[in-house]
Amino acid sequence: MSAATVTIHEPELQWRASARGRLGMYCLIAAEAAIFTIFVVAYLFYMGKSHSGPTPQQVLHVPILFTICLLSSSLTIHLAVRSLRKSKTGAFARWWFLTLFLGTTFLAGTVVEWRHLIYDEGLTIQTNLFGTTYYSLVGLHAFHVLMGLLALGIVWLFAMFGRVKREHAERVDTLALYWHFVDTVWVVVFLVVYVIGR
Amino acid sequence: MATDAITLPETQETVGAKRPLVDRFHEWITTVDHKQLGVMYILYALAFLLVGGVEATIMRIQLSAPHKDFVSPQVFNRMFTMHGTTMIFFVAMPLVFGLANYLVPLMIGARDMAFPRLNAFSFWLSAFGGILLYFSLVGANGLYGAGNAPDVGWFAYAPLTSHTFSVGHSTDFWTLSLLVSGFGSIGTAINIIVTILCLRCPGMKLGKMPLFVWLNLVMAGLVILAVSPLSAAQIMLSIDRYLGGHFFDTQAGGSAVIWMHFFWIFGHPEVYVLVIPAFAVASEVIPVFSRKAIFGYPVMVAATVAIAFVGMSVWAHHMFTVGMSSNANAFFVLSTMAVAVPTGIKIFNWLATMWGGKIDFKPPMLFCAGFLFQFLLAGLTGIMLSAAPFDWQLGNSYFVVAHFHYVIVGGILFCLFAAFYYWYPKATGRMCNELLGKLHFWLFFIGFHLTFDFMHVPGLLGMPRRIYTYEPGRGWDTWNLIVGIGVVFQAAGVLVFAANLIWSYFSGKIAGNDPWDAWTLEWTTSSPPPAYNFAVIPSVKSRRPLWDLKHPEDPDWKYE
Amino acid sequence: MQSTRNISAKLPPLKALSILFFLASTCLAQSPTLSSPTNIFAPASTPAKAIFGLSLFVLVITGGIFVVVGSLLAYVVVKFRKRKDDDSREPAQVYGSNQVEIAWTVIPILIVVVLFMATARVIANVQKAAPDNAVHVTVVGHQFWWEYRYPGLKVVTANELHVPVGAATEIKLFSADTDHSFWVPRLAGKTDLIPNHPNVMWIDPQEVGLYLGQCAQYCGTQHAKMLLRVYVQSQAEFDHWIQQQSQPAQSSNAASEGQRIFEATACVNCHAVAGTPALGRFGPDLTHLMSRDTIAAGIAENNHESLRLWIQDPSRLKPGSLMPAMGLNEHDLNAVTAYLETLR
Repeated sequence: MSAATVTIHEPELQWRASARGRLGMYCLIAAEAAIFTIFVVAYLFYMGKSHSGPTPQQVLHVPILFTICLLSSSLTIHLAVRSLRKSKTGAFARWWFLTLFLGTTFLAGTVVEWRHLIYDEGLTIQTNLFGTTYYSLVGLHAFHVLMGLLALGIVWLFAMFGRVKREHAERVDTLALYWHFVDTVWVVVFLVVYVIGR
Repeated sequence: MATDAITLPETQETVGAKRPLVDRFHEWITTVDHKQLGVMYILYALAFLLVGGVEATIMRIQLSAPHKDFVSPQVFNRMFTMHGTTMIFFVAMPLVFGLANYLVPLMIGARDMAFPRLNAFSFWLSAFGGILLYFSLVGANGLYGAGNAPDVGWFAYAPLTSHTFSVGHSTDFWTLSLLVSGFGSIGTAINIIVTILCLRCPGMKLGKMPLFVWLNLVMAGLVILAVSPLSAAQIMLSIDRYLGGHFFDTQAGGSAVIWMHFFWIFGHPEVYVLVIPAFAVASEVIPVFSRKAIFGYPVMVAATVAIAFVGMSVWAHHMFTVGMSSNANAFFVLSTMAVAVPTGIKIFNWLATMWGGKIDFKPPMLFCAGFLFQFLLAGLTGIMLSAAPFDWQLGNSYFVVAHFHYVIVGGILFCLFAAFYYWYPKATGRMCNELLGKLHFWLFFIGFHLTFDFMHVPGLLGMPRRIYTYEPGRGWDTWNLIVGIGVVFQAAGVLVFAANLIWSYFSGKIAGNDPWDAWTLEWTTSSPPPAYNFAVIPSVKSRRPLWDLKHPEDPDWKYE
Repeated sequence: MQSTRNISAKLPPLKALSILFFLASTCLAQSPTLSSPTNIFAPASTPAKAIFGLSLFVLVITGGIFVVVGSLLAYVVVKFRKRKDDDSREPAQVYGSNQVEIAWTVIPILIVVVLFMATARVIANVQKAAPDNAVHVTVVGHQFWWEYRYPGLKVVTANELHVPVGAATEIKLFSADTDHSFWVPRLAGKTDLIPNHPNVMWIDPQEVGLYLGQCAQYCGTQHAKMLLRVYVQSQAEFDHWIQQQSQPAQSSNAASEGQRIFEATACVNCHAVAGTPALGRFGPDLTHLMSRDTIAAGIAENNHESLRLWIQDPSRLKPGSLMPAMGLNEHDLNAVTAYLETLR
C-alpha cells in the first residue's frame, strides 16, 4: 500500500462558526428590511388617498406604553446575553423571561388596539386604503414579533431545563440580533404610522 | 496551529453490489450535500426547460399564420403566462443556483456550503413552488371554467389580477408558487453569501477568489434585495384577493401603477440575477480556452458591482408608456444607458482576454463565442429601448420580446450550455461527446437566429406582444412563420444536448481530474469529487492556484 | 483536429451572415416593398416623426458600435484561434492595462451623454401639452373595445376614431376596467390607459387616410382583437361626420319590432342609442352603428352576416368577449338585426 504524507493545518473553527451565523442573520435582516420597506412605501404612498372611512387622525391613539415595553425588551435581551457570556445562567434566564414578557405585552397591546379599531371604530382591512395599509404594515410587524417570541420561548424552555450554557452565547446573540431588528422596525413603523401619518 | 503528519491509504474502488434503489433514492431525497443539491437543481431546471419549450412551441404554431385556430385564446394566454413564469423561476433561477451550489464550495476550497440544511430546505421550497404552479392545471377551478393555469402574464399586472377580472384561483397559484420559491431563493442567496465570506480556504483573500465566485456573491446580494420586493407585492396581492384589501384596487383609490413599480423593482434586478452568473461562466471558460488569464480582474469585479448597483435604479424603463412625467422618464433613460457602460467594459475585457491567446473552439468556447456575439446585439437593442421615445413605439411589442430572448437565450442560455460542457466532466467523471456538442451548437445557433433575429421585425411593424392571433395585411405573416421554423432547429439542438448528456454519462471518455488544463481549485480534486471535496483543505497564493503548480517558474502571484 | 479547423474556418462567414440578416431586416422594414400599415418607420404625425428622427440617430450609433465591436470579435476569433501545428506553449499572460480600461470606459460614457441629451430633448417635445385649438377626444378603454367621446362636440361613439388632418388632436386616456394601451404606430408612440391614472397624448396627422393599430397592453382574453382604426379626414369631412354623429337616432317604423325587442331584452343594460330609452354604457354606443366600417373593435366587417352572427353569439367571432349570447330565436334575431341596420 503506498502512502502519501501530508501536512494538515487545523482550521480555526471556533470563530468561523459564529461569524457564519451572525452574517447569515444580517443577510436575513437585509431581506426582511427590503420587504418592510415596500410595505412602508405603500403606506406612505396611500396616505391621505382613502376615498372614505375613518382617518388616522380620527381613530389612532399613540401606543406609548406598549412601545416602551417593546423597546425596553431590546435592553433586557442585551442584558440576558451579557449575563450568559459571563456564565450567569440564572440572571440570563431571568432577563430572557423579562424579554418574553415585555414582547408578549406588546403583542397584547396590539390585540387590544385592534379590537378597539375593529369593533368601536369600524376600521377593518377592507374599509379603505388606510385600513388596508395600516393592518398590513402593523400586522406584518406583529407577525415577526410573534415568530420572535416563539423562538425566544423555545430558548427559554431550554434554559429552564438548564441546557443553555456559556458556549451557546454566540447563537443566542444571533437570535437577539433578530429581536433587535424587530424592535428597529417598530421604531420605523411607529414613526410612519403614528407620527407622520397622523 | 497544530500540525500533524498522516498517512493516506490508497483509495479503493467501492466494491460489492450496488446499493438498493430505495437507499440511493433516500440518500438523494435527504441529502444536504451541495453537489447533490446542485445536481438536483439542474435536473429540475432541465425538466422544466422542456416543459417551457413545449409551451413556446404551442405559441409559435398558433402564431405561424394569421387567424389560426390551433389553440383557443384562453389556452394561448395561459401559455405565455406559464412559459414566462416557468422559464424565469423554474429554469433560469434553478440553473443559476444549481451551478452556484455545486461550484462555489469547490472553487473556494470548502467542504460544503455554510448552512447545508438550509441549502436542502431552500431547494425543496423552490422545487415545491414549481410543482404548485403546475398543479394549477388540475387544481384551479373557478366560475365559468375560468380556473386552470394562470393567464395574467408573468408580470401579472393589476387590476387584471384582482378578483373582478381573475375569478377562480389561477392567479393565486401564480402568487403562492412564486412566494414559496422566492423564500427558497432568499435562503440560497443567504447561504451563498455566508459561504463565500466565511469559508474560503487559507490564502484566498477576496481579491484572490475566482471571478465565478465574486460574481455569484454579487448575484446573491441582488437576490436578497430584489426578490423581497416581489414577495412583499405578492403578499399585498393576496391581501387584496383574500382579505378584501385595496392595495391595487383602483375603484377604492388604489394604484395599478404601484404594482408595476413594485414588480419591476424586483423584475429588473432579477435579470441581473440571471445574467451575472452567465458572466461568471464566461469569465471562467474564456480564459481557459484562450489559454490566458482574465484581462482586468479588478475592473471586472468593479464593473459587476457597478452593474448591480446601477441596475437597481433602472426599473421604470419597463414603464415608459405608463405616463410618468418627462423628468421621471428622463431619469430612467439616463440610469438605463449608464448601466450599459460597465456591461460594455466587461465585453471588452473578455475580448482582451482572447486577444493574443490560442483559442480552442471546444463546445464550451463555441457557446461562449456565441454568447459574446449575441450579448453584444442584445445590449444594442437594449440601448435602443432605453431611449424612451423609441420605447414608446417598441415597448410591449415583439421587438421587446426579441430583445429579452436575445439576452436570456442568446446570452444566458448559451453561457449555461458552455457551463454544462465545461463542468460536466467534473461532476460525472466523463467527457461529453464533442461531435454531438458541436452539432448541438450549430443546430441551436441557426435556430436561435432564425427565430430571434427575425422576431425584431414584426415589432418594428407594429405587432404587440401577448396576442393569440393577428390580422392579415399588417405585414407580419412571413416573419412569424420564419420565427416558427427556427423553433424546429432549437428543439433539435436541445434534443441533441439531452442525448449527449445521457450518452456521455455511460459512454463518455473518462475525464480525470483536469481534462481542460484549467487553473481553479475544483480541478485539483477527483472527477466526480468525493463527498468531502478535498482530502486536505488547500492553501492558495494567487487567483490561479493550479497555474502556479503547473508553472512554478512563472507563478501568478509574482504579478498580482 | 480536422473538424475543429473546418468549423472554426466557417465561423466568421456564418457570423457575417447573421450580421447581414439583422441589418437587412431593419433596412427592409423601411422599404416600401415591405408595406405595413403599422410600420413605425413610416410616421405621418409629429410625435411619430420626432420618434423616427431619434430612432435613426440611435440606430446609427448602435450600428457603429456593432460594426466596431463585431469586427473586433470576428478578428479575434479568426486571428487567435489555435493552429493545427500549435506548439502547446502558453501564450504571454497579460493581466490588464489601466490605459486601455480608461479608454473603453470614457468613450462609452461620452456616447451615453450624447444619446441621453438627444433623448431628453425628444421626451420634452413629445410630452408637452397640445396646442389650445386642438380637438379634444376622450378615450375610455374597455375589455375589449374603445369608447370615444368628443366632450366639446357632444359626440359619443366607439371603435372608430375620426380626427381632422393637419390639426392637433389631444387625446385623454382613461380605463373602465384594466390596463390597455393606445398604439397607432404611424401616428404616435403608445400610451397606456390605466384605471385611476388618466393619461394624455396628442397627434397631428399630416395625411388623410385610415391608420391602424391595436391595444398594446395585455388586458384579458380578447386583448388580441381590440383593434384601432383612426380615420384622418379633411376638415370639411370631419365637421360633417361630427354633425352626423351628434344627431340622435332617426326613428323608423320599419324596424320598430326590432326596437321593441332590443329595448325589452337586456340589450339596453349595456348599450345606448341616443334619443331612445337605451342608456347603457357598459358596451359600445350604437346610435350610429351603421356609419362604421367594422364591428367588434375592428375584427369583422360591418355587414349583415357579421352583424347577425355577432348578435347571435359573440363568442363565435371573439371567444371571451364580455357580450353574452342573448339566446334570441331566429325571428327575434332577424328583427333586432334589422333594427340595428337602421341606426345610420
